[in-house]
Amino acid sequence: MKPAFYFLLFTILLSSCAPKPVTPQTITILTHDSFAISEDVIKAFEADNNAKVVFLQSGDAGAVLNQAVLTKDAPIADILFGVDNTFLSRALDADIFETYQSSALSDITDEFKLDPSNRALPVDYGDVCINYDKNYFTENNLAVPQTFEDLAKPEYKDLLVVENPATSSPGLAFLLATRAHFGDDYLTYWKSLKANGAVVVDGWETAYYTNFSASSGKGPQPMVLSYASSPAAEVFFASEPLTESPTASIVASDMCFRQIEFVGILKNTPNQVLAQKFVDFMLSQKFQEDMPLNMFVYPVNKNAKLPGIFVKFAQVAENPGSLSYLEIATNRDLWIETWTAAMK
Amino acid sequence: MLRRSILSVFESPRFFRVLLWIAPIVFLLSYFFLPLSKILILAFNTSALTKTNFQLILSTLSFTFYQAALSTILTFILGLPSAILFSRFNFRGKSLLRALTAVPFMLPTVVVASSFNALFGNHGLFSSISDSKYSSFILHPSSFSLILLAHIFYNTTIVIRIVGNALSRFDPKLEQAARSLGADTFRVWKNITLPLLRPSLLAAALLVFMFDFTSFGVILLLGGSNFSTLEVEIYLRVLKLPNLPLAALLSIVQLIFTLIFSILYTRTINQVTTQTAPRFSISKPPKSFCERAFVLTFYLLLVTFFLLPLASLPIRSLTRLEADRGQRGEVQYGFTTDYYKELFINRRGSLFYVPPIDAARNSLGYASLTVLLSLALGYPAAYALAKPTRLEKFLDPLIMLPLGASAVMLGLGFIISFGRSLASPWFVPIAHTLVALPFVIRTLQPALASIPERLRQAASTLGASPFRVWQTVDFPILSRATLSAATFAFTVSLGEFGATLLLTRPEYPTIPIAIQRFLSQPGGLNFGQAMAMATLLMLLTTLAILIIEKLRLPNSGEF
Amino acid sequence: MLEIRDLFKSYENKPLLRGISFSVSQGETICLLGASGSGKSTLLRMIAGLEFPESGHILFNKIDLAQTPPHARDFGLVFQDYGLFPHLDIFNNVAFGLKMRNVSTEKINSRVAEMLDLVNLQGFEKRKVTDLSGGEQQRVALARALAPSPRLLMFDEPLGALDKSLKEDLLNQIRIILHKTEIPAIYVTHDQDEAFTIADRILFLYDGEIIRDGTPDEVWTNPNSVYAARMLGMGNVIEGVVTSPNKVKTEVGIFTLNCRHKHSKGEKISLLLKQSEDGVDEIKLKVEDVLFKRDQFQVKTKSGLVIHMKEAPKIGQIIRVKVQVECLA
Repeated sequence: MKPAFYFLLFTILLSSCAPKPVTPQTITILTHDSFAISEDVIKAFEADNNAKVVFLQSGDAGAVLNQAVLTKDAPIADILFGVDNTFLSRALDADIFETYQSSALSDITDEFKLDPSNRALPVDYGDVCINYDKNYFTENNLAVPQTFEDLAKPEYKDLLVVENPATSSPGLAFLLATRAHFGDDYLTYWKSLKANGAVVVDGWETAYYTNFSASSGKGPQPMVLSYASSPAAEVFFASEPLTESPTASIVASDMCFRQIEFVGILKNTPNQVLAQKFVDFMLSQKFQEDMPLNMFVYPVNKNAKLPGIFVKFAQVAENPGSLSYLEIATNRDLWIETWTAAMK
Repeated sequence: MLRRSILSVFESPRFFRVLLWIAPIVFLLSYFFLPLSKILILAFNTSALTKTNFQLILSTLSFTFYQAALSTILTFILGLPSAILFSRFNFRGKSLLRALTAVPFMLPTVVVASSFNALFGNHGLFSSISDSKYSSFILHPSSFSLILLAHIFYNTTIVIRIVGNALSRFDPKLEQAARSLGADTFRVWKNITLPLLRPSLLAAALLVFMFDFTSFGVILLLGGSNFSTLEVEIYLRVLKLPNLPLAALLSIVQLIFTLIFSILYTRTINQVTTQTAPRFSISKPPKSFCERAFVLTFYLLLVTFFLLPLASLPIRSLTRLEADRGQRGEVQYGFTTDYYKELFINRRGSLFYVPPIDAARNSLGYASLTVLLSLALGYPAAYALAKPTRLEKFLDPLIMLPLGASAVMLGLGFIISFGRSLASPWFVPIAHTLVALPFVIRTLQPALASIPERLRQAASTLGASPFRVWQTVDFPILSRATLSAATFAFTVSLGEFGATLLLTRPEYPTIPIAIQRFLSQPGGLNFGQAMAMATLLMLLTTLAILIIEKLRLPNSGEF
Repeated sequence: MLEIRDLFKSYENKPLLRGISFSVSQGETICLLGASGSGKSTLLRMIAGLEFPESGHILFNKIDLAQTPPHARDFGLVFQDYGLFPHLDIFNNVAFGLKMRNVSTEKINSRVAEMLDLVNLQGFEKRKVTDLSGGEQQRVALARALAPSPRLLMFDEPLGALDKSLKEDLLNQIRIILHKTEIPAIYVTHDQDEAFTIADRILFLYDGEIIRDGTPDEVWTNPNSVYAARMLGMGNVIEGVVTSPNKVKTEVGIFTLNCRHKHSKGEKISLLLKQSEDGVDEIKLKVEDVLFKRDQFQVKTKSGLVIHMKEAPKIGQIIRVKVQVECLA
């Protein structure tokens, strides 16, 4: 009798440990795992606004967006950052954002303002390009490929690693670039890539840090699908100071794909005012100038100054491939599925 | 006159019975059947019924069948000799070994997947061993092999228990008669033992197949993105490439199949348990050389197979084998408690809203709520089922239904049905209760049924009021079963992964969620924290299992 | 012919069988009489080869069976709870031993029919085990054991579960079959009526030893041991002390008798008191209880002795009984 009584008591006590609602004064930003910003920049915001900023990192851009869509009636955050142009229409169609005409918008180049209704506001952009190991190419006397077709040539057999478009954002970007370039024939191209030994992995981290030869992983492939800013990152994180980057990007025409990232205030949030302040903050110079060395992306604010490393080592594609975000919206799933089927 | 008849309705046993069922039925209706029907409606949104979708469903279904069938066969290859080992032979450490084989079953899938990851995965213990051509096969198995291994690890205990129980209920006279009639060992097996074992073999096979068919955590965490069963596809269609109508359609397909299996199973298991015979203790120490060799081989095999993955978790949580994510400096290899320390820190950019260790607190809280809720609902249902009438025969399979439904689908159903109120953390324990309730009822019911009515009658003729009867007759017999049922519910809740994945609020992660988040991120620090949390979860569950083993009523319930 | 020599067997570290020796010849039925737990079933299992003795030999036709596995010994076993195979029908149960010996189908068919005929179960081939009554099941068990023409038959309390009239019928049938087939048989029971009906020789198993081995007649006349007498329900056994070479003092009187064995003064021995009209001695007993036993009355007396009388005495009455006193061992 007694033991059971104590057990029941214990259980009741333990259940009081169960989660209780959190007290406000906090602003929650839902974002992807690649988000990073300097601590003091955030602290400045917190001090200025008497707030606490919490970042909820919940997976990659797609997973995060899907979570927001699923929970839109009972949102788990105030702001969603990280929807990119490939996901934009899904976010807009699901109608998860509030409209916000931020004053900071005037500082932003028009080409990035893809949403006329200002529900999704642009924050940064970057180009997805193939990076290559300079050393490898010089040692082996290889010319750097300049077209898609080059990559399928025998001299580049087994030298490329790309990411799965179904699970990786740069992977998808590259798929879209081939789609933009080849149109309906893009699958034939991919098959030739596969025949030429192109390796497909699930995520960028694996591709860059395990497969790529010029990174700390010292992997087997000297060409990796990454960002045009990655060469700058290599210099930035090098253990001894470098005058040159060991890697570079292939920025030839059509071969890169431009990604733009957006932020939006989630509907039904109780912290409207504070959320708006944060969006303004994200578009302000201070935040925009902090982004390059944290996330290795370019600011959309035309007044933001780029760090030296970026100017020297990062590249911007002059002629990136592009597709209208509506076209992406309509066909994205279909393209991913057919790609998956073709590459099995 | 009227007043009398109204009162008599209240006193009638029928009314009382209905009263018993009200709480569980309302619960099931609101939190299971309602979401279920919403999913049905969503599925039959015509946009889902396309040819490509059907092809996808077909290919996923066949892969699910294939891996489940293969896993089941392999499980039997290990499980059948093990069942013989435990039922026929006595040896040192027998009960300990038997308990060891049962531990994986109660462990959350996340822990099992993590332990195999810790052994064989990219950062696993074996990956640091250089791979020659020969060791490669054993030390670096493919993802598919890992899935199969994890399934075997999980389910062998089912074969051992069900088939082992049947074997030990065997009347040794049958075998003796056969031998005296001229049958050697092989022929005894072929003509007598195996045919009589058939119902229990079938029951065990069905159960194992059912668990493998609905396997989620293992496939998700060990399979990479290459393998998807129905359950995983549902998850992907809800969270990754959202296509809710297709997800709902997949859910329906899965529900139909698991329903079929569970009906088949309950039919067969009844055949097994009606072979009631007194317990024969026919186990003896091994005598002949063959017997000794058999016992030794399987003893070692079982110890290695079960101990290794379980031990790898704590080992891996305390060793650093590679760099943290983005770490560019020197890596200090070897023993470290950093991963455990890191669990208590919540860096700003961390994967969690709260320090990961709070996940442990949340898990315990949810688990306790689940215990209270499932006991409150399970008791009346078990009481009613212990003395079944027509009503119970109708309701019985309905109670077991949530077991056959995919947890991910359950979560999806909640999302579709409850919208705004999903902000409440209560939905997690409710989902857990749905999964735990069948276990609780199945544990309480035999105990309740075993209380002879005569005892109660004797007590009341001796002057005991109904409450005193309950206190002096029912309660002592039930307290053990209650503790056992409570522990079941506790461990089910601790390890629940599928539904929680969809329903979890970021402020209140649970341990399995934390583990999965850590595992999905690259880098040594994340992997180490995953291992540390998995070790904690393993310790918690093992503790609960030991309690169950101590308190188990011999032969009550199927386990 | 079966020969058992000096079998020893312990159970849970306590000795169970201590030096068992006996033999069974062709056509002979011996009965092993003993209480429950005396090791009778264990002995049978050892003979069948299902258990191993710690020491001793089991020989059949002079060949030691230690190396022969059970399925090669050709000994039939009939159990108390029949041990029929529940998943096989009657035909296949009876045919089992024949199938194990790879007998041809025709021979099997005719032999099974023959066996079923022998036990009076003609036409039962297709029936299921669970459909049969206890007596029918036991007969099937008998038919099954007989079908492969075993060299030896062993019965382990086969009639224990049946009611009285069925027992008698079946016992008779077994006796007739055993005589007809001439198969040597060991029949284990704790019921002395069965033993007397069926056995050519009765062996008493007590405390791990065979304490008496003889024909029913011999054993009845000279039980030679307290236990045997008790087992046979032979009458009253009382303790006494030897006072002088020919005299024994007991609770109910002093008797003069000659025992085969010499006893010293003061030694405690057991005496058998048989109620007999020709008895030399007369004793006085006080009636405690009277029970009706069909054609006589069973009278229990104060000293524990049981007397049978034609007419019922009153309780508390002192009665005089003529007895014949014998020594037991």
